[in-house]
Amino acid sequence: MTKSKNKFLADVLTYTLLVLGAIVMLVPFLWMISVSFRIPAQQYSRNLIPNPITFQNYANLFKDLPDNAFYFLTANSFKLSILMVIGQILTCSMAAFVFAVAKFKGRNFLFALLLGTLMIPSQVSLIPNFIIFKYIGLIGSQWPLILPAFWGGAFGTFLLRQYFLTIPRDLVDAARMDGASFFNIFWKIYLPLGKPAVAALAIFVFKDAWNDLLHPLVYLPTDMHQTTLTVGLSFFQQQLVMGGKFTVLMAGAFLSILPLLIVFFIAQKQFIEGIALTGVKR
Amino acid sequence: MNYGLKPLGREKIWLWLMLLPTLIGLVFGTIGSLLATLGLSFFDWDLINAPKWAGVSNYVALAENPDYVEAFTNTLKFSAEYVPAVVIISLLLAVLLNRKIRGVSIFRTIYFLPAVTSAVASALVWNMIYGKDTGILNLLLETLGLTPVCWLCADNAMVSVVIVNVWGAIGEGMIIFLAGLTAIPRDYYEAASMDGANDVQQFFHITLPLITPSIFFQTLITAINAFQAYDYIYMLTRRGQGNSTVPVAVYSIYRNAFNFFRMGDASAQAIQLALLVALFMAVMFWWERHYVVYD
Repeated sequence: MTKSKNKFLADVLTYTLLVLGAIVMLVPFLWMISVSFRIPAQQYSRNLIPNPITFQNYANLFKDLPDNAFYFLTANSFKLSILMVIGQILTCSMAAFVFAVAKFKGRNFLFALLLGTLMIPSQVSLIPNFIIFKYIGLIGSQWPLILPAFWGGAFGTFLLRQYFLTIPRDLVDAARMDGASFFNIFWKIYLPLGKPAVAALAIFVFKDAWNDLLHPLVYLPTDMHQTTLTVGLSFFQQQLVMGGKFTVLMAGAFLSILPLLIVFFIAQKQFIEGIALTGVKR
Repeated sequence: MNYGLKPLGREKIWLWLMLLPTLIGLVFGTIGSLLATLGLSFFDWDLINAPKWAGVSNYVALAENPDYVEAFTNTLKFSAEYVPAVVIISLLLAVLLNRKIRGVSIFRTIYFLPAVTSAVASALVWNMIYGKDTGILNLLLETLGLTPVCWLCADNAMVSVVIVNVWGAIGEGMIIFLAGLTAIPRDYYEAASMDGANDVQQFFHITLPLITPSIFFQTLITAINAFQAYDYIYMLTRRGQGNSTVPVAVYSIYRNAFNFFRMGDASAQAIQLALLVALFMAVMFWWERHYVVYD
């Protein structure tokens, strides 16, 4: 009897802790949404449910910011994130295929070298890359953000290679018998079969690209037609808060996280399995 | 490793073509950059005049520069609070979620939400929550009869930014630990129950030893992130004229390189940061050899 009583107490304790924690996790989101639907006079109100509810802040984001800034910021974030996803998937999957499947001299050395770069903090590359991009005249354009996405990366290559290793090798032999070329084995067999891992990588890259602040801040001009949502929002914080418009700022913040929230709810499984994949198989 | 697809004849070209982007990345992006940064750290260069050889003077200057010492110390202090908090809380969460209870997936989703949200957007709302006169955190304190706190003033800012960073990071840690926990065979626990071990004993004698690989991995990743922590802190603590209440190492590198164009100083700082990461990893791998149990 005491055993089931203990189990009951443990369950109560578990739920209490989990619910309290969940409230702490959720409050910032609820508050962001709440403030974004308030009239400006009530921005400091301490009621969670706004009264009256207004959509004016969302309209103001598009209307009041000069030169359609919010529209351009969103478009830039989408454009850059999607290009970076394409670049990383293409280049990492090719390298992952070579490292997982091909036999050639220097493979293990190159792969170890690549993995070693996981240790190098990204700030170390920032300075020489800035200098190179400055000398070839690309500072001020979006190229310094796009190009590095097309030169592979240790994380993506590692993630995909681990997955490619699980694909049965008989498939390769059979395709060889049918005369498939090296590239076609990658393109027609490994890439389609690797879809779950590719999807996980796509989500990670999109998330990091969409949320990045440091690189757009360094490379892009603080011109609202050129830069991304994160830089734009951090800029508006100084502008709008001076004018006391937290309501508009929160509307912008909520719109900026909405695309990723939608992706997360649709592709939660890939997200979570992808993270588990990187954590367990190292 | 002897398995493998041998490229035939001209296919060798394909193999190297497919590796080419990665090789370019190694040269320009990572290894080459590391060498270039190392080289630059021995020069004074403002990107306008020609670089001037400086020997180790940049490194010496850093040690004597109070601003940089403060930034580097802040990064260490931040890491010392952030890393244990993230590892312990996310392990606790994972253990709770690993009990056979209802609603696991809902909790998992909620705890993971901050991990997909940009630090910029989150920091904007945390700024409101931390507000001295108008924030809901102080409202809560007042309701409980406590004195309101100036969360983002110099005295408390470090704790406040640690809280937000931990809030943003425990979701990923939880997932890593959950993956590790589900790999532990259930019958270990059943056998322990039969022998009369309670939940707490089971945690310390079965879970903890068997989860050391995940703890190792998570501590490593969390610490590397901590040394490079930047965006939440920048958004929460920046003040006028580009100053910050809690300047950290990355912030200082950014300021030196891209506001003041002191490329040599910034490179020396970046190298120090890389050395910190390398040193930490060396310690961690030593620890792994002695204490991590793989089966």
